[in-house]
Amino acid sequence: MGLALTELIDKLGFEIKVGGDLNKIVEGCYISDLLSDVMARSNEHELWITLQTHPNIVAVSVIKGLPAIVLSNGRSPEPATAAKAAEEHVVILSSSKTTFEIAGLLYNLLKS
Amino acid sequence: MTTKTSKPIEGSFQLFEGDFTNAGKASTELRNVLKGLAVADDAVRRAGVAAFEAEMNVIIHGVAGTLHYAVSDGELNITITDMGPGIKDINLAMQEGYSTAPAWVRELGWGAGMGLPNIQKNSDKFKIDTVVGEGTTLQITIFI
Ligand SMILES: Nc1ncnc2c1ncn2[C@@H]1O[C@H](COP(=O)(O)OP(=O)(O)OP(=O)(O)O)[C@@H](O)[C@H]1O
Ligand SMILES: [Mg+2]
Repeated sequence: MGLALTELIDKLGFEIKVGGDLNKIVEGCYISDLLSDVMARSNEHELWITLQTHPNIVAVSVIKGLPAIVLSNGRSPEPATAAKAAEEHVVILSSSKTTFEIAGLLYNLLKS
Repeated sequence: MTTKTSKPIEGSFQLFEGDFTNAGKASTELRNVLKGLAVADDAVRRAGVAAFEAEMNVIIHGVAGTLHYAVSDGELNITITDMGPGIKDINLAMQEGYSTAPAWVRELGWGAGMGLPNIQKNSDKFKIDTVVGEGTTLQITIFI
C-alpha cells in the first residue's frame, strides 16, 4: 500500500524546499549517501533520504524516477541544487528529524 | 521499438574532469530523447543509469571526453570515450567496492566503486577498451 506525497508531507511535517508533482505515490524509502548505490538499489515509488545536498542528487532522482528527495537533520539543498531541481521538476523536502526517525515514522504510516 | 524516421537519432556531449555542475546533463537529455520516442520506462531507466555512471567516470577519472548516442531500429548505442589515464586492471575496476576516487569526491557520495558494475548490470551489451596513458572507451548497447 502507498500514500500520496501530499499526505506524507502533511503527516510527517516535511518542509517543501522545491515543489513539483505531489500526487506521486510513495511505497517506501531508500536511505543512502552513496549516489551509485542509490542508482543501483532505489526503486520507483521510494523516497530517497540523504544528507547529500549538492546538484548531482537531482540527476540521480530524475534518472531513477523517484517521487522526492528528503534531506534529514534539517539540511537544505544548495542553491544550485534547488535551481536544478526546479528545472527538472524534482521535489526536494527537508525534515528536522533524523534519518532514523523519518524512516520509522514512514514505516508505521505505510504499514498501518 | 521501431523508429519511423529515416535519419538516425543521435547526439553528443563533451565531458570535462571536475565539471560536477554539468554532470548528468548528457544523461538527462538522452533520457528526454528516449521518452520522446516512447521507449519503455525500464529501458529508459537502464539507459539513464548506464549513461550517468559513464559520464561521472569521465568527470571523476577521465580528464576529458565525449558521450555519443545513437538510436536505431531496436537499439540504443552509447559510446563514451575519454583521454584520461586509462584503467590498469579492468577486473579489479569491475569489482564492486573498488575505487581510486580521492577523499573530496567521496564526500560528494561518489567513489563507492559501483559505477562500472552498475553500467554492466543495466546494459544488454557492454564493452570496455582501455589503454594506460591514452584513455578509455565504453560501448553500451540497450535494446529498446
Ligand atoms: N574513465 C575512466 N578512466 C580512468 N579510470 C577509470 C575510469 N572509469 C573507472 N575508472 C577506474 O575504475 C574504478 C572503478 O570505477 P567505478 O565507476 O566502478 O567506481 P568509482 O567511479 O570509483 O565510484 P562510483 O562509480 O561508485 O562513484 C575507479 O575508481 C577508477 O580507478
Ligand atoms: Mg564511477
